[in-house]
Amino acid sequence: MTIVIAGAAETDEVGRLPGHSTVQLHLEAARNALADANMTIHDIDGIATVGTPGPIQIAHALGITPAWLDGTGVGGSSFLFHVRHAAAAVKAGLCRTVLITHGESGRSRVGAGRFGLGADSLLGQFELPYGVVGPPTSFTITALRYMKETGLTHEQLAEVAVAQRRWAQHNPRAMYRDLITVEDVLSSRMVAYPFHLLECCLVTDGGGALIVTTEERARRSPVYLLGSGEAAESPIISQMEDFTTSKGFRLSGEAAFGEAKITHEDVDHLMVYDAFAHVPIYGLEDLGFVGRGEAGAFIAEGHTSPGGRLPLNTNGGGLSYTHTGMYGMFAIQESVRQLRGEAAAQVPDVEVSVVLGNGGMFASAATLVLANHLP
Amino acid sequence: MKPAPKPTPETQPFWDGTAAGELRIQRCEPCARHYFYPRPSCPRCGGDQVGWVRASGRATLYSYVINHRPAPGFEDEAPYAIAVVELEEGVRMMTNIVGVPNTPEHLKLDMELRVVFERRGDVSVPLFEPAGGAR
Repeated sequence: MTIVIAGAAETDEVGRLPGHSTVQLHLEAARNALADANMTIHDIDGIATVGTPGPIQIAHALGITPAWLDGTGVGGSSFLFHVRHAAAAVKAGLCRTVLITHGESGRSRVGAGRFGLGADSLLGQFELPYGVVGPPTSFTITALRYMKETGLTHEQLAEVAVAQRRWAQHNPRAMYRDLITVEDVLSSRMVAYPFHLLECCLVTDGGGALIVTTEERARRSPVYLLGSGEAAESPIISQMEDFTTSKGFRLSGEAAFGEAKITHEDVDHLMVYDAFAHVPIYGLEDLGFVGRGEAGAFIAEGHTSPGGRLPLNTNGGGLSYTHTGMYGMFAIQESVRQLRGEAAAQVPDVEVSVVLGNGGMFASAATLVLANHLP
Repeated sequence: MKPAPKPTPETQPFWDGTAAGELRIQRCEPCARHYFYPRPSCPRCGGDQVGWVRASGRATLYSYVINHRPAPGFEDEAPYAIAVVELEEGVRMMTNIVGVPNTPEHLKLDMELRVVFERRGDVSVPLFEPAGGAR
């Protein structure tokens, strides 16, 4: 049985959407994906969503009676998990066609869930007492160690943001499109040393949806799921085994490449969840595209930029395109667009695309290997 | 007011320790390895033959950020370092660094530190200062 992505779409707009509630964003994305797939709610018998308001309400609001539900919530990588779980469910005969939705009013906070964890939670006891203010002050904490051990410079870290803006320049939907220089990045406001504002992701509103089913049920040229992997490391970043490498990135990548039976030379296009500028550096190394300590120079030399040999985060990424809080859906969407030849900054001849998702602060990870034809 | 942790049954011995001016961590007897955060089984072997020991309080600076947008209660300290230290016993924990200006020039990775305790409401949280003492 061949599993495919038979439909994929984002909300009509992404960015600042104060007129949309979280639920509206889910539903708009779902309707757009159904239209993209040339399907209706009557074709859908499986549903997967994360966060507010959850799979029951989304299915009910759409009029879908699910035979299979998944509410796996492991942060921004959840949608990659959903694709993997949906594939397994369809193969097992638990359902036939799965709708995966994401909607998040991350910026405007309309109909959104509340932030906050109890003082008796793991984070509340062992990290929040030290003045952590969300991801910009905790996801970032590994970087200085990485810099000390590998020699990554502040300028090379800034080059990640510069490279991704070169892609965003060609994407009319990207929130930030003006080209920037290393000097611009290093002179932007300091958020949490060594991270400047332009090395931190956006905070936006938006959504996206996917339809996962079999090749036989697809009604348009599908995108094939060749392989997938999922992993988790530590629920709190201070307990990562090694601050210079993500175990989750490595394990999920190995699983996905192994199932897909591909090598790095087969990959034409790569999406790496970029909540902050150091994450694509870890992704390139932990997936094995470059050696340890080489990613900073690789990006600075332009290899991931337009015209480079490994196009990376071609929508502009979380740093320039959009980041609702759970970016993984948008990384998958851009892979699908590239494989269909429909991307705003289209790379020529993309046949195999790899998506690496992160959840929490290097807490969970998942990797998908997608292709526009079977090998 | 800075956030204060609320102990749970499995973490209570840790917080009893900090209240007594001791840094207590867990150790698996068969593995002869320390671990943190507190939990009832060894993350290496899965066994439950685990006990509490008093750590030396000596540590080195593993990594940090210097936060310029303060959390509630930290307004008077920004910019301040959110650090992860590595205890002599091999485990790491998040903390703040006191007794030294929180600047990149003064916070050198792998510098030697020692534990101190700060009272927050009903509990005391472990912080770290340069091993030579506050300056």
